[in-house]
Amino acid sequence: MSADNRASDDELRALARKLRSHSLRMISQAKTSHIGSCLSVADILAVLYGRILRVDPKRPAWPSRDRLIVSKGHAAAIVYAAVAEAGFMPVERLAEFARNGGQLYGHVTHGGVPGIEMSSGSLGHGLPVGTGMALTGKRAGEPWRVFVVMSDGELDEGSNWEAMLFACHHQLDNLTIIIDYNKIQSLDWVDKTLRLEPLADKFRAFGWSVREVDGHDVKELSSTLGTLPLEGGKPNAIIAHTVKGKGVSWMEGKVLWHYKQPTPDELVTALAEVAAS
Amino acid sequence: MRTAFIETLNELADQDSRVCLIVGDLGFSIIEAFAEKHPDQFVNAGVSEQNMIGLAVGMALTGKIVFTYSIGNFGTLRCLEQIRNDVCYHRANVKVVAVGGGLGYGNLGVTHHASEDVAIMRALPNMTVVAPGDPIEARLATRAVVAHDGPAYLRLGKAGEPVVHTTQPDFELGRALTLREGSDVTLIASGGMLATADKVAKDIAAQGIGVRLLSMHTVKPIDRDAVTRAATETRYVFTLEEHSIEGGLGGAVAEVMAEMDSGHAPLKRIGLRPEFNTTVGDQNYLKSLHGLDQESVLKTIQQIIARSYGRVG
Repeated sequence: MSADNRASDDELRALARKLRSHSLRMISQAKTSHIGSCLSVADILAVLYGRILRVDPKRPAWPSRDRLIVSKGHAAAIVYAAVAEAGFMPVERLAEFARNGGQLYGHVTHGGVPGIEMSSGSLGHGLPVGTGMALTGKRAGEPWRVFVVMSDGELDEGSNWEAMLFACHHQLDNLTIIIDYNKIQSLDWVDKTLRLEPLADKFRAFGWSVREVDGHDVKELSSTLGTLPLEGGKPNAIIAHTVKGKGVSWMEGKVLWHYKQPTPDELVTALAEVAAS
Repeated sequence: MRTAFIETLNELADQDSRVCLIVGDLGFSIIEAFAEKHPDQFVNAGVSEQNMIGLAVGMALTGKIVFTYSIGNFGTLRCLEQIRNDVCYHRANVKVVAVGGGLGYGNLGVTHHASEDVAIMRALPNMTVVAPGDPIEARLATRAVVAHDGPAYLRLGKAGEPVVHTTQPDFELGRALTLREGSDVTLIASGGMLATADKVAKDIAAQGIGVRLLSMHTVKPIDRDAVTRAATETRYVFTLEEHSIEGGLGGAVAEVMAEMDSGHAPLKRIGLRPEFNTTVGDQNYLKSLHGLDQESVLKTIQQIIARSYGRVG
């Protein structure tokens, strides 16, 4: 079990601030994209690593660990920050991010990075793999669980809906997806690209148990993720309503910050905002 | 071949509960016995190949040895990126099985003709590509890919392929089997073309020409040593495959020969023309249109031998 597993709400909020700060620094310094996608998922990752996941940084391959797949691989910076803060690797290694000669690619990469279950970067791959893991666990009566963090735009990929049919049919209540529903995808707002609403109804129609939560409220996230499965015999869909770029006022709700990286000056003000949040 | 495969997989699943089979809603009359005997090692993913490969990887990453089963292109090309990123990149212990490799489903249409699969699978890092030549090799290949820890592509024919081997071969992934020794020409065959190559070799040998016949069941990693020896110890090399001449066995052999330091025999690739079929036909009919029937192959080889007589005879 993670050392931080009994973190208080305040400690979870502090962890989320740390993850935001790391990813701002990493992306600014490496001049890469996707800071908005990192900031929106920060509280979700803080709650997972701080309170929910049964993992052991000293034994990354512990057979009875919970499995977390971050299928929105473009949020790599904050995922590396989360595994580093959880103790899987030294925080100093975050300097390798997107740097020549390092191992921390700009999309989530498992090779040479302890604590990462699966590489991602092409969307729609995480849920089918997580579903296969959950099937193994369910058939063997294992206590460990599978979590898949996904983006909203990622739901455009048909492979997810194939996996959703399967997970329902096989009653995989040990499988939980958390949708970082920040409402902005690559080029535009989700509503203006491929509308997902009514999203909760879609999951219900596919036989999943659904909860909609504030994806920045660590208390609500914790209480929801702490009572899984939501219903016996059904896979779990947590629709986490989030704000793209959350924590830096001038990044919030802006498509631009799916791509742009903060300049050194912008980084200073962004870090100050995060620290004050 | 598919019967040999499923019978062997059944035996392996008896012995090892890690061995699992996922089908993409295909395999009627073939997979039922496995499903009944090993319900906890069997899954029908439905008509969803991307999810099928993802499931296989998830199961493999949690300790299983997972076979996926579908027809030619469905289980390979439809889910190619899942095979690349999820299977190969993670070195997941997944064995992708395709039946009807080549023109096995001839008159069902071009969608069912698997004519580029070997080339595409061969291009993927960490992937072992196996196209057994007869039911005996299919059994041995099934065992071999289970023993091999990592991704593999097993390309099978459909049904009714003749047994070519007269004795139990010493089968090893990546090592060609020599069915006949000779020093004039070499025939290198993969998949179901082994039977045709065997017959043609006998015909040519009857004319007093020394024929070496190799079964190159593993197209990747190719047996470079066997190719190099054929290209130096014999005077003409022919490859035979029920696959496009681009990028499959012929391509792999050509790559090895082109990089040889010193002189080597010329090469003729005998396979499918790289084009979509426009005429309806069953497997044998379509093969004859591509010059892959026994008579056409013999003619092709004889013409080349006659033309190059000074070097070969």
